[in-house]
Amino acid sequence: MKRRPIPRGLRTRLVIAFLLVSAISALTTAALTYQQARTAILDRAQDGAVHDLRDQVGSLAPDLPARPTTADLRALTLQLDRAGGARNWHTAAALRGGPPVAATTGATAVPAALRRAAATADGAVVQRFHRDGDPRLAVALPVATADRPARPSGLVVYASFSLAPQQRDVSSLVAAARAGVVPVVLVSLVPALLAARRVLRPVRQLRSATEKMAAGALDTRIAVTGDDELADLGRTFNTMAATLQADATALRRMEAGARRFAADVSHEMRTPLAAMTAVTGVLDEDAASGRLDPETAEALTLVADETRHLARMVEDLMEISRFDAGAAVLHLDEIDVGELAGKTLALRHWQDRVEVSVPDGLRARLDPRRIDVVLANLLGNALRHGGSSVPVRLRARADEDALVLTVTDGGPGIPEELLPHVFDRFTKGDAARSRSEGSGLGLAIAAENARLHGGTLTAANAPGGGTVFTLTLPWNPA
Amino acid sequence: MTRVLLIEDDPAVRRGVSLGLRRRGHETEAVGTGEDGLEALGPFAPEIVLLDLMLPGMSGLEVCRRIRETSQVPLVILSARGDDIDVVVGLEAGADDYVVKPASGELIEARMRAVLRRVAPAQPAAAAREQHLTFGGLVIDGVGLQVRKDGRELVLAPSELKLLLFLSASPGQTFSRQQLLEQVWEHSYYGDARLVDACVMRLRSKIEDDPRSPRYVQTVRGFGYRFGPL
Repeated sequence: MKRRPIPRGLRTRLVIAFLLVSAISALTTAALTYQQARTAILDRAQDGAVHDLRDQVGSLAPDLPARPTTADLRALTLQLDRAGGARNWHTAAALRGGPPVAATTGATAVPAALRRAAATADGAVVQRFHRDGDPRLAVALPVATADRPARPSGLVVYASFSLAPQQRDVSSLVAAARAGVVPVVLVSLVPALLAARRVLRPVRQLRSATEKMAAGALDTRIAVTGDDELADLGRTFNTMAATLQADATALRRMEAGARRFAADVSHEMRTPLAAMTAVTGVLDEDAASGRLDPETAEALTLVADETRHLARMVEDLMEISRFDAGAAVLHLDEIDVGELAGKTLALRHWQDRVEVSVPDGLRARLDPRRIDVVLANLLGNALRHGGSSVPVRLRARADEDALVLTVTDGGPGIPEELLPHVFDRFTKGDAARSRSEGSGLGLAIAAENARLHGGTLTAANAPGGGTVFTLTLPWNPA
Repeated sequence: MTRVLLIEDDPAVRRGVSLGLRRRGHETEAVGTGEDGLEALGPFAPEIVLLDLMLPGMSGLEVCRRIRETSQVPLVILSARGDDIDVVVGLEAGADDYVVKPASGELIEARMRAVLRRVAPAQPAAAAREQHLTFGGLVIDGVGLQVRKDGRELVLAPSELKLLLFLSASPGQTFSRQQLLEQVWEHSYYGDARLVDACVMRLRSKIEDDPRSPRYVQTVRGFGYRFGPL
């Protein structure tokens, strides 16, 4: 698998999503609360200031002369400043658009926008602004004429004061919200992990079950609980596993049946063949005696030859059946490889036709009879199809972990499309090849023998032409 | 000409093998059951017995044991299955060799000949003629083909005697099982090495003081067997 292990990835993603949701909801709640509280705090400060200013102006303005001088205005602001109390505001007064007059020069800066707004307003106008990084609130209060309240007197009183205390209240709200969000997110980690675990347990079960199935344990089933989507998935998996198992069992039964049939047939054929084989010598002898009618003699030879062929084929079938039934047994012995190769050739009178190169004193632990079967088959094939340009070669070499035997010939090689099938049963090099040369099981048996040794047998075409069969046998067969 | 007792239950095989042997000039008595075979043993006095292991009634194995209780007649198993246990058990029960059916008349005859030869063909003639080789308590008479252990005559089956004669002719020399198969049984190099192992086991049980720690026929691990050194 190229991807990261699923449980960890999925769990991380689930937990992160869960945490995100809880963080977002906590933050939203905090933000809304903060917004509301901030507005409430500021509104109250503003309303209080306007109310106080109006009260003060209301009590002081009637004392002003009808046409107040700058000194009158300054006296008014001085009184207003004093009445500011805890709010500690700075006031200024302006007459008919004139410059604001304040008790302390430069202390009151009134934003120009507020002044413009106040000029046309009937009631109090407020504006928040910053000065020297300090949040402030400015209030402009047009003063009505004492006897005719509807008509503005042209006098506007300004007051501005610091919002720092309110700012501190708001800041502490932010701190409180922040202090609340982090623990909430941390605490929600616990339910997040629990939920992830709950979701992932069936997923993990499903995974290990799938792995077991892939490894061939088709009887794997999942314990399904609940009624959710994952339970559905588990049930579907179980159904699939049951179907697969049933199919595999049926297939295996059919295959076992076919193999047993082949074994039984060859077994049954052995007894009559034993009787016939015992008398082939008699047939040969009489056919060669010249005392019989030539056609009878030929018929006898044919019967004798084909009886021997049939016996060989049945032997091969029995051998394959033994491999299929797992009844083939390895009889290992310590063998001199050079001697073994020599005997294989001598037994078949191939000494002059095969070039052998085996290191002296090379010994290996193997089943000599089975390796003889393999070599005889490979060499026999090579001699039959190898052509005459290059002699058939048998080489042995000792690799680090295996004995490697190669058989090469100088023939036309094996067609590429046939190469993967040369070890299949009843595959023959080409259809035109005469059937009398083998049972069609020779290479299959050779490959099975190599496998029984824990080794391999492979076929390839040499770059310069010809076929190379490579038999690899581990030094310590299982 | 050899007198052959064939014990084989299948009539066709019985007829075929008998025919093949008769054509090669052997006198053959063929019976279908182990009981009949044991009965024929006395009157017919065969020089060799061919025995099928798959018999109705008394099993071939049992027949093999019964024959060995009273006689050291050469005994060759005719095995219907090359698989495998039966053959080993038969060899351990005292058979000298085996042939897997289907087998041609030539092959059966070659096996019979090999078992009937008293001395391995490749064995140096001089060594075989040596009178009374003595190894510890073991006295081997290569001419009279007798073996005495502490003065008592041992009863050895033909293959056991032949193996002992062959090994003791070159004391201390190691032979691989393949070599022994070729020399003593006249099988090919690729014959069944269990033949050797079974025979060595039987031989040890007769000549060794303690078959589990043999002195005469020793195992050379990874190579084969040798006689002595004592």
